[in-house]
Amino acid sequence: MDALEILFTASFWVAAIRIASPLIFATMGELICERAGVLNLGIEGIMTAGAFAGWFTVYSGGNLWAGLLVAALVGAMFGLLHATLTVPLGLSQHVVGIGVTLLATSLTYYTYRLALPEVTSPPKIEPFQPLPIPGLSSIPVVGEALFTQTPLTYLAFVSVAAVAWILYRTPIGLAVRAAGENPSAVEAQGISVTSIRMGAVVVGSALMAVGGAFLTTSAFNSFFFQMINGRGWICIALVVFGSWRPGKALIGAILFAAFDAYQVRLQQISGGIVPYQVFLMMPYALSILALILVARRATYPKALMIPYQKGER
Amino acid sequence: MRLEPKPAPSLAVTLLFPLAAIATTLVLTSILVLAAGASPLSVFYLVAKGAAGSQFALLETLTRATPLIFTGLAIAVAFRAKLWNIGAEAQLYIGGVVTVVLGTGALPLPSVILIPVIMVAVMAAGALLLLGPAVLKTRFGVDEVVTTLLLNFIVLLFVSMLLEGVLKDPMGLGWPQSQKVVAEAQLPRLIQGKRLHYGFVIALASAVLVWVVMKKTVLGYEMRAVGLNPEGARFVGILVNRALMKTALLSGGLAALAGFSEVSGLKGNLTLDLSPGYGYTGIVVAMLAMLNPLGVIASAIFVAGIFVGADAMSRAAKVPSYIADVMVATSLLTMVVAILLTRFRIRWR
Repeated sequence: MDALEILFTASFWVAAIRIASPLIFATMGELICERAGVLNLGIEGIMTAGAFAGWFTVYSGGNLWAGLLVAALVGAMFGLLHATLTVPLGLSQHVVGIGVTLLATSLTYYTYRLALPEVTSPPKIEPFQPLPIPGLSSIPVVGEALFTQTPLTYLAFVSVAAVAWILYRTPIGLAVRAAGENPSAVEAQGISVTSIRMGAVVVGSALMAVGGAFLTTSAFNSFFFQMINGRGWICIALVVFGSWRPGKALIGAILFAAFDAYQVRLQQISGGIVPYQVFLMMPYALSILALILVARRATYPKALMIPYQKGER
Repeated sequence: MRLEPKPAPSLAVTLLFPLAAIATTLVLTSILVLAAGASPLSVFYLVAKGAAGSQFALLETLTRATPLIFTGLAIAVAFRAKLWNIGAEAQLYIGGVVTVVLGTGALPLPSVILIPVIMVAVMAAGALLLLGPAVLKTRFGVDEVVTTLLLNFIVLLFVSMLLEGVLKDPMGLGWPQSQKVVAEAQLPRLIQGKRLHYGFVIALASAVLVWVVMKKTVLGYEMRAVGLNPEGARFVGILVNRALMKTALLSGGLAALAGFSEVSGLKGNLTLDLSPGYGYTGIVVAMLAMLNPLGVIASAIFVAGIFVGADAMSRAAKVPSYIADVMVATSLLTMVVAILLTRFRIRWR
């Protein structure tokens, strides 16, 4: 098949949307944290923990949605840890974030080994099945790509709409955005910056964990080590690429996923002339490139990474 | 709740808080040991015994500490200037690549010349690798955390490509591994027949050198000033961006030396499992040492001891060796809280 023809096939776009889904959840999670003024580098570890928690709940006999809920709760717990250390205590968000990633990842691996000491190949579960939407799914290419996915992918798109609506249309969203831009103004309204920021990090971390759980309960059907493989870091790049706006970040995630799906197909038709590692590098290199392109124009939340102490100026 | 600054703590207090952090870590990880159905006391005893209970154990701990001293120094230098280098893993692997490229017979030189030549080239490669993100930070405002993290993945894939391509050992039975470096490029063992090698001595010397640079030179002063207050540093005439570049060169070079020392002193060749995350663990090492270059030696040995001890323990008790990673990550978080508590008092109101 021709390298360009691929772009017009429905199966390519179905794959792209599937690859985008976990990134969409986690990017929305990181976006909420950063809009409130907290960089959450715990994302990579929280996604790992979420992937395991979701899978393990189902593996132990729970239902798929229960798995998702458990993943979200585990994510929220790590979020609470990150928030406690960085918001009221004002510790370095870089160091704490790396610490949370290391802790969440190692706790996950420890629990995995404890729960399944003898297994060599990871056990499988029955994952979410595709749920075509009648009517819409028969629209060629676009309909197939968007409406023959699993329920979790639909939920990912719902999460973007929900985050956008809450951020721009509700008082609590206004408080979150203001906490990231001008925290004193929030405090002047009688709202606690600490509570807003901590709440945002907890909710955001829960979304990251759901993104991780997508991989084990929808995209694949088992948990294995290193399965997040830098997706969390890519989501941080996607937030910057999307200028901290949910809609733009969604487009970024889909573009990125399309590129990722495309490099896999190019790899197949290139016939081994170019080493496969070059294709695998592309998504990471693309993320760096995207950051360079947007960084100059980027409008960071002004109070991002700046701890807030009440009564201090 | 608010934080109130405390008067500068005495030396005893400064040392007491890290110990309290370690004690807290032990208590927290005891819960996990109990979950595994083992007794925390006997598990921690086995870890300690496995880390320092015999000459073999102790030498193994020092061998494992060697790359951690290098990566810990790299992070300590960078973080002091608030340059968030999370890419020590990539710099380590580049160091390994350069060691193998120059050390497998390309340069017919005697050991006394060849090893310094390799070390300079290794440091240059690691320095250049971190210079990229540093330039992107100062010129384009691209956050170096994300770029250095993403570079870790790119470099590992690059190394994988080399090991399946130009650097592949023809005698390697198809495994992705490089040829062994020649005898002249190998660091000798410190004790005949043991694994501890001269890389450890180079690591100790580097720590002392870095300490001198940080405490006694203009560069060290500039780096600390930039880290504490970039605006203030600019105001007193420090070229902030230039100081950040120098920091990046030093940090990247130090991390790359970890790769050199592992290949040249211990493994002999380059493989994809050269480092089980020494670049990331270096962050914990540096933080436990409160970014003090001499403290890095002690904290690297401590962290290495946990890993070596946990390996030995997990063979005896039915507790997964990942407990070591949990302990190390927990100690990072308890340590940053402990440092905060030496400087501030928490007022609940």
